[in-house]
Amino acid sequence: MIPASFDYVRPTTVDEAVQALVDGGEDAKIMAGGQSFIPVLRLRMGDPSLVIDLGGIPELRGVREDGDQIVVGAMTTHHEVTRDDLLARHVALIAEATKTVADFQVRHRGTLGGALAHADPAGDLAAPTLALDAELVIVGQNGERRVPAADFFEDYFTTAIGPGEILTAIRFPKYTGWGARYEKFNRVAQAWSIVAVAATVKVDSGTITDARIGLTNMAGTPVRARAVESALVGQSMSEETVRAAAQAAAEGTSPTSDADAGSDYREHLARVLTGRAVLAAAG
Amino acid sequence: MTTTDNPPVQEIGRDRRRKEDRRLITGRTRWTDNQAITGLLHISIVRSPFAHAEIKGIDTSAAKQVPGVVGVYTAADIGADAVQLPCAWPITKDMKSPQRPALAGSRVNFAGEGVAVVVARSAAIAKDAAELVEVDYDELEPVLDMEAALADGATLVHPELGTNENAQWVFDSGEAGSGGSAAEAIAAAEKADDQVVVRRRFRQQRLVPVFMEPRSTVVDPTGEQLTMWSATQVPHILKTMLALTLGLPEHKLRVIAPDVGGGFGGKIAVAPEEVVTLLVAQKLGKPVKWTETRSESLLTAHHGRDQIQDLAVAVTKDGQIKALDVKLLADMGAYLGLVGPGVPILGAFMFNAIYKIPAYRFDCRNVFTTKTLTDAYRGAGRPEATFGIERMMDEVAVELGMEPMELRKKNWISHEEFPFTTVSTLTYDTGNYEAATEQAMTMFDYDGLRREQQQRRQRGDVKQLGIGISTFTEMCGLAPSRVLGSLDYGAGGWETSSIRMLPTGKVECVVGTSGHGQGHETAFSQIVADKLGVGFDDVEILHGDTQSSYRGLDTYGSRSLAVGGIAIVKAAEKVVEKARPIAAHMLEASEDDLEFTAGKFSVKGTDKGVGIADVALAVFAAHDMPEGVEPDIDAHATFDPENFSYPHGTHLCAVEVDTETGFVQLYKYVCVDDVGTVINPLIVEGQVHGGLAQGIAQALFEEAAYDESGTLLSGTLVDYTLPSAADLISFDTANTTTPSTTNPLGVKGVGEAGTIASTPAVVNAVLDAVRQYGVSDIDMPTTPYRVWTAINSAKGTSGRGDEADVASPGAGLGSTASDISKGDTQGGHL
Repeated sequence: MIPASFDYVRPTTVDEAVQALVDGGEDAKIMAGGQSFIPVLRLRMGDPSLVIDLGGIPELRGVREDGDQIVVGAMTTHHEVTRDDLLARHVALIAEATKTVADFQVRHRGTLGGALAHADPAGDLAAPTLALDAELVIVGQNGERRVPAADFFEDYFTTAIGPGEILTAIRFPKYTGWGARYEKFNRVAQAWSIVAVAATVKVDSGTITDARIGLTNMAGTPVRARAVESALVGQSMSEETVRAAAQAAAEGTSPTSDADAGSDYREHLARVLTGRAVLAAAG
Repeated sequence: MTTTDNPPVQEIGRDRRRKEDRRLITGRTRWTDNQAITGLLHISIVRSPFAHAEIKGIDTSAAKQVPGVVGVYTAADIGADAVQLPCAWPITKDMKSPQRPALAGSRVNFAGEGVAVVVARSAAIAKDAAELVEVDYDELEPVLDMEAALADGATLVHPELGTNENAQWVFDSGEAGSGGSAAEAIAAAEKADDQVVVRRRFRQQRLVPVFMEPRSTVVDPTGEQLTMWSATQVPHILKTMLALTLGLPEHKLRVIAPDVGGGFGGKIAVAPEEVVTLLVAQKLGKPVKWTETRSESLLTAHHGRDQIQDLAVAVTKDGQIKALDVKLLADMGAYLGLVGPGVPILGAFMFNAIYKIPAYRFDCRNVFTTKTLTDAYRGAGRPEATFGIERMMDEVAVELGMEPMELRKKNWISHEEFPFTTVSTLTYDTGNYEAATEQAMTMFDYDGLRREQQQRRQRGDVKQLGIGISTFTEMCGLAPSRVLGSLDYGAGGWETSSIRMLPTGKVECVVGTSGHGQGHETAFSQIVADKLGVGFDDVEILHGDTQSSYRGLDTYGSRSLAVGGIAIVKAAEKVVEKARPIAAHMLEASEDDLEFTAGKFSVKGTDKGVGIADVALAVFAAHDMPEGVEPDIDAHATFDPENFSYPHGTHLCAVEVDTETGFVQLYKYVCVDDVGTVINPLIVEGQVHGGLAQGIAQALFEEAAYDESGTLLSGTLVDYTLPSAADLISFDTANTTTPSTTNPLGVKGVGEAGTIASTPAVVNAVLDAVRQYGVSDIDMPTTPYRVWTAINSAKGTSGRGDEADVASPGAGLGSTASDISKGDTQGGHL
């Protein structure tokens, strides 16, 4: 389909992009990889007067180490995330989850920052970002602020990014040596998650010493399965203990119902997939 | 003159790479949308968001103000409301046919129906302006459920028809004399101690063909002939129908189907948009283009399937089938498509499938609803029938406690019994169900998988194995004109080819079929190469343009090879016969002493000979022709088959069902198809693979769903679930070969076989995995949610998934009343 007409700018620095966003007012929209944004335009579900393409800003791309954090530029593509050695070593969960996003073509264009700012509850990268206690770096005219992932995702398609602000980077703590698994459930390989579970665990001599679990599409925002995390920590690693702990996975969730899944089915899937994700992560 | 050559390579049977693929896969072709004509205008169609509504008024003033807009027209402005788009298959004498306009005038009958058209200098401007057209609608009650639509007092889609029933079509073998009365046999079985009657209701969900290239039409009215390019399967039918429908002189029309990116039946149409494009082009005297968006395609291009099937089988307790009764409700949607009403009727001849069933009744009621119309989709009536009977065979086996393959063996036609005239009056020429089945069972390791299934059950594995069977046949190669006539179809079923021998020895072969991805240029070149003894690369296949190919009935129903390919053979034989006296003259020999092999006329017992290319050059010069022989060896032939072709095969599917999540994973898929003589094994395998993907997709993935207000919920490819290669497995395919005796090549159609056969194999496998929990049926697509819910419902465990629409109301054993049809016999039989 053909989008309505709009103006287009491609700034080369974050400052220029922020200025364009402020000048453009309410009808200005940021485009990152465009994998959700362009379909929105083509289906005429959105009608911005100005599109600001972040694709020309080199400082927004790439992965680097900064002390005890790994910093991922917002415009780093999914493909780059799946191939990055630093992430593979220290933040395996985000790399594992990113591998399940859509298909090769999408992963070469879509970006981590774009996916998180879009905040689709069925998107795959919010739950691991939440589970990993990442910080999101947001830049506006008044400079930079850092928002914990727990405060970043506010509602369906709604984040803490304010008017005139741009998400520039995601800062992950290091989880070196942790096992990770993103257990995604969907009807076909290239579809969004019906439910997915992001789990990363630390196992020491057969005992689970730490666990982080995030749930995809179990509410309007990603949900942290804290009850499962606390039930796991200190337990000796076995299928029985993991499955027993996973029974708490749906606590505090409020999943939707649609043609692919009723809310009760989603709750059930969350329990089953949490058990599988933790077992695979620990394995 | 040539004397010795290397022995020629036999082209038929060779796995040639497709000669059309270079231009197709590198994008170096011109699809309809790529046609660039100076001064081309673009249109966008304003469509109804409502399923059923009166149009109270249309305000086009704002749209007309948009710079670049050339015109904005309502239906009346261009006469689109007065058009009656054609339905070529009036299945009964008293069939109810609503007028189907090109644009709606006063009432819309499905969401997506066009109400106005914007013409502009670019497609973008047309789209922008279309959003400014204000239409005032008065909503009417939608009509969505077929059974409710037939009830007394139902809201009528077309009040002027007085009913929502398009037609009722009945075949009764007792009345036809081809078998007994199914009603009597079932009534007797109800009373007999040694027989049972098994009843089931199955649902064939609505599907969308989803061809890769969206529909597109360009009309240039500026030449002496009005030229239409269209992404169509049927350029010849389209041309003739445009002439008949719009009253245009047929010789002033030219229709071109350039390379067309798939159709699967979805491009067998005289589409309202084609007519609107033509009407606008005529009104303005300028070339005009329409290209649909994917969403428009999903919403408005015709859908397929959509039946409720009530089946009853009477069977002896040791597995001998005594009778089959079939009652169908078939959803036509809001209007009748080109062959829409006949699609379910094709199934009438296929429910009895490969089995010897002594008594059979088929009763189909076609129903209007306020949904997108349905028409042909890969298999067209035959997948629905095959699903019904092959699901039923498994159900009967379960009821009797028999091995499902044993039940089939007990009832199928054995290879010694061919030719076999069935209870639905078709004569199957050849087949060998035993051979295909034996090979498939071996490839599948049927016994091994049954053992594995048993072991998994005993262990209580999370992932349970299910095994499904489909032993199918189908009627294809549409078709004998005589039979089509007896079914009140509006056209014949012959096909035409012309062969032009060029002076340099190269060959142009014109065909009346219209390929759209099948590989015709390759397979047909192989036939010509063998029949004329010329090189594969020295043959060009010309098709899809009514100026070069003036006579043809196009491509659908797996007819292109089994009918069109034979016309090529006949034309090639005529070329040889026309060349023979000239060759004899050149060789100073008697015609009777000549033999034609491998492209050369030779004088028997000598080394003297001339090649067909030498004759072509001699004819071009025409300096020395034999007395009374015209200097022309080109030939034209039309072939009308005596019978359909009947490919068959055995498909075996194993699935793993994750009993915790309901997810169905294909585990193993084996099919052994008998498609007669194979021209190109690579193309045949490709057809089977693609067919399997589409048939499996019906079982597991696809569904065009509407909400309670009649809005299509699956209006984008995000919502209409299609599988990709990632969701399928490697298929193990093989062929047995029983040449057809209905054509000289011995070929049978292969275009639809995979789709027809595979769906019941998959669903049978899914049910086989979960029957142990008490599950008796799951509606298609068997989504994880439905499978999980079915398991829990059957077990009575928590998590019943009350929101899941697992199966049609009343599905399962004993659900259908035992009243066998009371309807009058209308419609015909073969």
